[in-house]
Amino acid sequence: MVAELGHFCLWLALALAVLQSFAPVYGYATGKPWMLAVARPAAMLQWLLLTVGLLALAWAFYSHDFSISYVAGHSNSKLPLGYRISAIWGGHEGSLLLWVWILALWGLLVSLLRGAVPKDIHALVLAVMGMIGIGFLCFMLFTSNPFDRNLPWFPLDGGDLNPLLQDPGLIIHPPMLYTGYVGFSVAFAFAIAGLIAGKLDPAWARWARPWTTVAWAFLSIGIALGSWWAYYELGWGGWWFWDPVENASLMPWLCGTALIHSLAVTEKRGLFRAWTVLLAITAFSLCLLGTFLVRSGVLTSVHSFANDPARGAFILAFLVVVVGGSLALFAVRAPVLRHRAGFEFLSRDSFLLANNLILLTATFVVLMGTLFPLLGEALDIKISVRAPYFNAFFVPLTLVLMMLLVPGMSSNWKKQEGRALLKRLFWLVPVSIVLGVAVVAISGGELPFVAVLAVVLVVYVLLAHIVDWAQKALAFRSGLLAGARRLPRAYYGMVLGHIGLAIIVAGVTQVSFRESERDLRMLPGDVATVAGYEFTFAQVVDRAGPNFNAVRGIVPVTSNGRLVTTLHPEKRTYLASGQVMTEAAIHSNLWRDLYVALGEPIDDTAWAVRIYYKPGIGWLWIGSLLLGIGGVLAATDRRYRSRKSEEADAAA
Amino acid sequence: MQPRKGLWMFLPLLAFLGLAVLLASGLGRDTEELPTALAGKPLPEIQLPSLMRRGTEVSNELFIGHWTLLNVWATWCPTCYVEHPYLINLAEQGIRIVGLNYKDETDKAREYLASLGNPYIEVAIDESGSYGIDLGVYGAPETFVINPQGEVVLRYVGELNDRSWQQRFAPVWEKETQ
Repeated sequence: MVAELGHFCLWLALALAVLQSFAPVYGYATGKPWMLAVARPAAMLQWLLLTVGLLALAWAFYSHDFSISYVAGHSNSKLPLGYRISAIWGGHEGSLLLWVWILALWGLLVSLLRGAVPKDIHALVLAVMGMIGIGFLCFMLFTSNPFDRNLPWFPLDGGDLNPLLQDPGLIIHPPMLYTGYVGFSVAFAFAIAGLIAGKLDPAWARWARPWTTVAWAFLSIGIALGSWWAYYELGWGGWWFWDPVENASLMPWLCGTALIHSLAVTEKRGLFRAWTVLLAITAFSLCLLGTFLVRSGVLTSVHSFANDPARGAFILAFLVVVVGGSLALFAVRAPVLRHRAGFEFLSRDSFLLANNLILLTATFVVLMGTLFPLLGEALDIKISVRAPYFNAFFVPLTLVLMMLLVPGMSSNWKKQEGRALLKRLFWLVPVSIVLGVAVVAISGGELPFVAVLAVVLVVYVLLAHIVDWAQKALAFRSGLLAGARRLPRAYYGMVLGHIGLAIIVAGVTQVSFRESERDLRMLPGDVATVAGYEFTFAQVVDRAGPNFNAVRGIVPVTSNGRLVTTLHPEKRTYLASGQVMTEAAIHSNLWRDLYVALGEPIDDTAWAVRIYYKPGIGWLWIGSLLLGIGGVLAATDRRYRSRKSEEADAAA
Repeated sequence: MQPRKGLWMFLPLLAFLGLAVLLASGLGRDTEELPTALAGKPLPEIQLPSLMRRGTEVSNELFIGHWTLLNVWATWCPTCYVEHPYLINLAEQGIRIVGLNYKDETDKAREYLASLGNPYIEVAIDESGSYGIDLGVYGAPETFVINPQGEVVLRYVGELNDRSWQQRFAPVWEKETQ
């Protein structure tokens, strides 16, 4: 019964989404304020209904209702409670419900936090979000209902959640990632509402900007969590595979990064209006494209959901309506919104333009790399696009981006005097080169030129921000710390974002050039030395988990005769599915990870063992966390929290 | 406002429409009906024990003279649970289905059929998965159509349901069996 209640709530939510979409548009067109006012309660109620739906599915998992196909396919009577809950989003249907619920959550937040947005535009924003909701609710109800029952022959026990997904990282990765993905729908809705109302000025950018930045922060953390999960769960130490599904999340992130920078220009200078709107549309379109790629079976990927051409056709049709419609609206409306204001070649404006061009080039590179197999199929050529292709573009693009970042953030809006800028860089460049080369030499020497350049640029970005921060704080003439407290949050957001980028680049450089790995056949008692650590394959024991049996290796690690840690890699056999999983054991500190994974048993006593030494890998997660924190700080800057409306509501 | 400027604004729309055509071309591509090296060739020789009739063996003779489905299944395969009712439905319509219990535990397999019902006229036990290799099986479930000469006509990977039956199997099955 609970499942039927959940199912019914989804239908009610769809009905409300229709109301939320069309009433405000009608109200806007005919000037009826009470029709506009429908949007807010509709959005709130929709969230409530979808929450009931989500809880109903949670209940079905909690109570082991295997008559529901989705539960039977993704759970098992022995599955621990935590994974039974995360199993809600462990498959296509349930993750779609989570998607729609998060969309409704954003809708709820937008309806609660109107701020200074005029009532008519606010209602249009909610209407656009309602339309997206209609599409996804229909998709779920017509092709992928999580509440479908498998009667009368339902299985006595479920088939179990994919063991790969039975992991703490997977409890939080999808919600984070979807929060980011779906969050771009708010920026998109603002763009469409702005196009309809013909209002895309600095005030518009100020309304849209915090929502975009928060979505971007969640997406950053979601991607990092996915990478972290792949790193420790797949058992071979890689952290990024250029897999179509990873690319699907990276494209909106790159485009979203361009968008948050171009929104800055639109807010501060009123420039790049059409461009910013186009980026907002593109970022969300890439989110939808990602959804299409993951769920249509068009591309094969380790992450993809069950293939179903009907689902693919549905999303593609939805994609054409949403993206095609909004780009057509853009083409018709954008020329009207043209705004003339100049800026000099040397100015923060033009550096941010360069930032946008680089990030969009990167987005395009990923798009081509991801779709090439499809294009190849259409043209009948088989070429596999792998890491070398992506690296060939990403390494230079990232390095150029970092080079331009510092003069960009040191320049004034509109016009920067060349000599003053040179004076700032005059000491910074040589100091960074000296320090960077020194760091390389001290930390182990001998790196290829591109890696040394990366380290120098990391030092350059870090130094530039520290000095800039100190100068700005001291400018208040009240001492460094008191001054630092007076700097706005948005400034700290920018600094943390840029420092996060530098730390990620430092980590990637280290792990790419200084990792070492060994694949060994080891007998109990064997010792292997990797990067100065002695790994002793002491013995192998059996262990029973809640829903698996495991073989566990006991591997003490010593360095210079001192015990560093004892690692316990496992090979797990999951009872319900018979699937075998490698559970790597990792010891982390700030500088490096020691990583041991158990391979196959070779004969009665010997095992294949993989040992990795991964320097700097932790910096990837730390840097990503800084991106997330920076985004949240920037979005909660005081100027966005003011409820004062600059635009009189009477205008509505 | 110059009209030329306005036309530029249609560029993103055109680029997107091009992309949509590409994506649509990918959709038509069939990822489930995999080509099999065995198409039109006789089924590889079976020498496997029977699940239900202990002590007896399953052989290729079973397939001679009738149109038959060969369904690869296992108790560890979640999709098999999902397609099981549909197989029973097909069996009730008089369609001959032979099961290949693939890389499974025999006791569990018997329990599965006892509790969920048995759509199969015969089930061969392939505990080691070696016959699966002869067949070129990716995993479970997979379903093959075998003609009365004992030759493989179609291979289908994934869940057998009403949609896949209507789209893939029915054209072959109904044409040949009437």
